[in-house]
Amino acid sequence: MSAVTLRTMVVRQQLHWSERLAEMALLLVAVALLAFLAAPLGAVLQQAVENAQGRFVGVANFVAYARTPALLGSLWNSLWVSALVTAVTLPTAFGFAYALARSRMRFKGLARAITLVPLLAPSLLAAISLIYWFGNQGVLKTVLTELGVEQIYGAPGIVLAEIFATFPHALMILVTALAAADARLYEAADALGTSARRKFFTITLPGARYGLISAALVIFTLVITDFGIPKVIGGSFNVLATDVFKLVIGQQDFRRGAVVALLLLAPALLTFSVDHWVSRKQTAMLTARAVPYVPKRAPRFDALMSLYCAGVCVLILAMLGMAVFASFASFWPYDLKPSLQHYVYGLVGAEVGAAFVNSLVMSGGTALIGTLLVFSGAYLLEKVQGSQSGGISPMRGVRSLLRLLSMLPMAVPGLVLGLGYIFFFNAPANPLNGLYHTLTLMTVCTVVHFYTTGHITAVTALKSLDAEFEAVSASLKVPFYKTFWRVTLPICTPVLVDIARFYFINAMTTISAVVFLYSPETKLAAIAILNLDEAGEIGAAAAMAVLIVAANSVAILLFMALSRSVDRRTQAWKQP
Amino acid sequence: MSVLSAVAPAAAPYLRLAGIRKDFGSFTALRGLDLDIGEGEFVCFLGPSGCGKTTLLRIIAGLEVQSAGRIELRGRDISSLPPAGRDYGIVFQSYALFPNLSVADNVAYGLVNRKASKERARERVAELLALVGLPGSQGKYPAQLSGGEQQRVALARALATSPGLLLLDEPLSALDAIVRVKLRHELRSLQRQLGVTTIMVTHDQEEAFAVADRIVVMNRGAIEQVGSAMAVYRDPATLFVADFVGRINALPATLDGGGSAAGVRIGEQVFRCEHASLAGHAPGCECQVYLRPEDVLARPASADGGNGFAAGDPNVFEAEIDAIDFMGPYCLVRVTSPRLGSVRLSVYLSLNYLAESRLEVGSRLPLRLMPQRMRVFG
Repeated sequence: MSAVTLRTMVVRQQLHWSERLAEMALLLVAVALLAFLAAPLGAVLQQAVENAQGRFVGVANFVAYARTPALLGSLWNSLWVSALVTAVTLPTAFGFAYALARSRMRFKGLARAITLVPLLAPSLLAAISLIYWFGNQGVLKTVLTELGVEQIYGAPGIVLAEIFATFPHALMILVTALAAADARLYEAADALGTSARRKFFTITLPGARYGLISAALVIFTLVITDFGIPKVIGGSFNVLATDVFKLVIGQQDFRRGAVVALLLLAPALLTFSVDHWVSRKQTAMLTARAVPYVPKRAPRFDALMSLYCAGVCVLILAMLGMAVFASFASFWPYDLKPSLQHYVYGLVGAEVGAAFVNSLVMSGGTALIGTLLVFSGAYLLEKVQGSQSGGISPMRGVRSLLRLLSMLPMAVPGLVLGLGYIFFFNAPANPLNGLYHTLTLMTVCTVVHFYTTGHITAVTALKSLDAEFEAVSASLKVPFYKTFWRVTLPICTPVLVDIARFYFINAMTTISAVVFLYSPETKLAAIAILNLDEAGEIGAAAAMAVLIVAANSVAILLFMALSRSVDRRTQAWKQP
Repeated sequence: MSVLSAVAPAAAPYLRLAGIRKDFGSFTALRGLDLDIGEGEFVCFLGPSGCGKTTLLRIIAGLEVQSAGRIELRGRDISSLPPAGRDYGIVFQSYALFPNLSVADNVAYGLVNRKASKERARERVAELLALVGLPGSQGKYPAQLSGGEQQRVALARALATSPGLLLLDEPLSALDAIVRVKLRHELRSLQRQLGVTTIMVTHDQEEAFAVADRIVVMNRGAIEQVGSAMAVYRDPATLFVADFVGRINALPATLDGGGSAAGVRIGEQVFRCEHASLAGHAPGCECQVYLRPEDVLARPASADGGNGFAAGDPNVFEAEIDAIDFMGPYCLVRVTSPRLGSVRLSVYLSLNYLAESRLEVGSRLPLRLMPQRMRVFG
C-alpha cells in the first residue's frame, strides 16, 4: 500500500459556490440577530453599570435602587401579584386541560376555540372590560364592594385581567402535557385494582409534572413582565413593568430604568432555563412504544367536566362580550343604545384610525419578514452542512452562536428588548439611528421579539424531514438550493403559513417592546388603546380593542383559507 | 463463482482507502484504515453497531470528512472533493425518497439536472423501473408504496446516472424478514448484471454472507479481517471475528508437547490439533481453542457395538446431553463431560439424528472434535 502514512494536515472539503453562498447567508442571519438582539441587550447592560458620565460603576446603580423604598415596594408588588395569578390560573387551566384530554365531554373543539380568544386580543382588553364590569360606573360594582374589595383599580383588577390573559398560554402547555399519556400505565393500575383518586395522584399528576412546572413559570413570567394591564387598571398600584416605563419615558432616568429592566430579565431567564431542562426530560417520558390514552365514557364525570368548562368559557366570553358591548354603547352608563359613535368619533375623528392602518402594515411586514428570516435561519442551521472539515471549522462557531441567538428572544421580555432598542438605536453615534421611530424598526423589533417560537416551529418541521435528502441530492450532483426549492419548501409551506399567522396575530396585539419606539406618526392600534385610556376615552379604547380582535379573527380566517389552498397545491402526496 | 474463493482485487484497485482516520472530539471512530476494492466487486462492511462501518461509508461518500487519510477512485484523489464531485449513487436505510415527488420525478431527480432531454429522461426512468421490478409505477407517490417498493425506487434513483460506485447504508434493515431476503437476492443479481462496484454496510452477517464477494469485518474503528464469506467463517483471523461471526465454542486449554503432532489439553483429555495456528505457541502455555458447533461430530452407533469412530482416536470422548434447543431442521445441543472438566460444549445435531438415536436430555453419546478445525488463540 502506497499512502499509508497519516497526514498531519487537516483534510478540508472543497466547497461548491452555492454552499459558500449559503454560508454567507448564515453569517448574514447571525449578524442581523447580533445587531437587532444582542447589541440592544448589551446596551441595557451597559446602561445599568454606568453612571451619568458614562463611567463604569459596577453594581452602584443596583445598590442605589435597593435604597429606594418606593421602587422596592414595586418589586414586592410585582412578586406577590405574579405569584397569586399563578396560583389561580394554574389549577383553573389544569382542570380545563384535564377535561379536554381525559374526559369524553362534548363540544371539545368549541371549548378549545373559545379559550383561544384571549390570544386574539391585546391583554389590555381584559383590563378595559373589567373597568366596565367592576369600575366606578361598572355594572357589578356593588358585588365587588359586598365582597369587601374597595375598588377594581389596583391589585384586584391586575390579578383578574392577568388570569384572563395568561389562561390560554397555560392551557396550551398543560393540554400537551396531559395528552402525552401512556395507556399501559392506567391498564396496569386497573389490573391491580387501583382507585381513581390514587391513579390521579400516582400516574396523572407525576406524568404532567413537567408541564405544570413549565406552565407555572410561563404564567409568572408573563405577569411580571406585562406592562399594559397594570398601566390601564393598576391605578396607583406600582409594579416593576410600569416603573420601567415611568423611569425611562417619564423621568428619562435611563440608568435606573435599565436596572429595573435587568430585574425583569431574571425571572424570564430562570423560566427559560428551567423550561429548557424540562423539555429535555419531557421527551424522554413518552417512548415510541407507548400506547396513547383514550378516555372512557363516564357520564357523571363527563357532565361535571362539561359544566366546569362551560363556566370558564362563559367567563371568557363575558370578558370579550363586555368590551364589544361597551364599544357600541352610546354613552356609558346613561345611554346604552348601540351606536357607532366610538368607532366614528372616537377613532376616526381623533385620527387614531391611522394607528390601525399602521398596525396592519406593521403586522403584515412582521409576518412576511419574520417568516422569511426565521425559516431561512432554521433551514441554514439544520439542512445545509456547509464547510465539512476533518478539523475545526470557523463556521461551526457561527452556527452555535446562531443557535443561541435564536433561542434567546424567548428569555427576553418585550419591555427589556424595547428599552435596548432605545439605548442602542437612539444613540447619535449609531449609523442605524435613522431607523429610530420608524415602522421598519418596530417591525424588526417585533420579528426579533417573537423569533424563538417561530424558530422552534420551523426547526421541528425541518427535523421531521428525512435527514438524508441533502446527501442524496449531493450524490446525484443536484445543488442544495434546487432540493430546497423542489422538496423542502413545498413540504414545509403549511408550517410557513403557521409561522406567518403567529407573527401577524402577535404583532397586532403587542405593546411591551414597541411602546418605547413609536412616534405620533407611527403609533400602533394597541398603543392607541393606552393613549385613549389615558385621555379618558375608554369607550374609544374598547372600540379599538374590539377592532383588533376583529382584524385578528379575519386574519385567522384568511390564513385558514390560505393554508387550505396551499395544502391542495403542495400536500397532494399525503393522500394515497 | 464459488463461495469458497475470494475475488482478489485487480492490480489497480477501483477504490483505494489509505490511512483513513476519523476523530469526533476525543473519540476516535476510525483508526487509520487501509482497504482496496476491485472494479465490479461487491463488498460488505460488517460489524456491531458503533464499529465505524457507517462512518467509513459516509467518508467514502464525502458526507463526513476524514480527519486524515486519502481516498482514490480509479486512481484519482478524491479525498477533499465534495459529494457532488465524486461519482457514486447512494441508498439509505430510510430510503430518503422525496415524499412530494412522484416515483418518476424521484428517479429522474439526478437526470434532469444533467440537462438530459425530457424524452430521454422519461425513457431512462421506464428502463430503471423495469430493472428494479416496478414497471408502470411512475405516477405514484412514495407513500403509496410498500417499504420494499420504496427501497427499489431508491435503488433506481441511485442507479439513474450510471454511477461507477454504489453505496448502500443498511438498505434492507427497515424491511420485514421475508422482503429482506427476497430483496437481497435481487440486489445481488442486479449488481452482477450491471457490474457496478458496490459497498454495503450491514450488521446482519447472514445478509453479508448472501451477497458479498468480500466481507470487511470491523470492530472499534479498525478492520479485523477482509475475506470471502467462507474465509471469514472458516478461518477467523482474530478472536473478535471468531466470536462475532457465527456461533463458536471457546474452550480454555493448555498446550501439550510440541512439534507437528502436538496436542492440547482440555480438562483431563489431550486432543490432537492439526490447525496451523498451533505453530506460534510454546508448549505448556495457556490458550483458547475455538471450535464451531458443526465441527464437533457425532457418528451413528455401528452394528458391531463400536461407537463408529476409529479405535484409539484421541479426539473422541463420551459426553452427556445437558440441554437441547430446538432450532428447526437441527438442534443446538449442549453437552458436558467429566473428561472436559467444567466446559459446556455446543454441538449441532440434526433433528432426524436425535430421533433415530433416541437421544434426549441425560443421554450419553461419543463425540469427536475435528483436529483440523481446532483454532488456537494465545
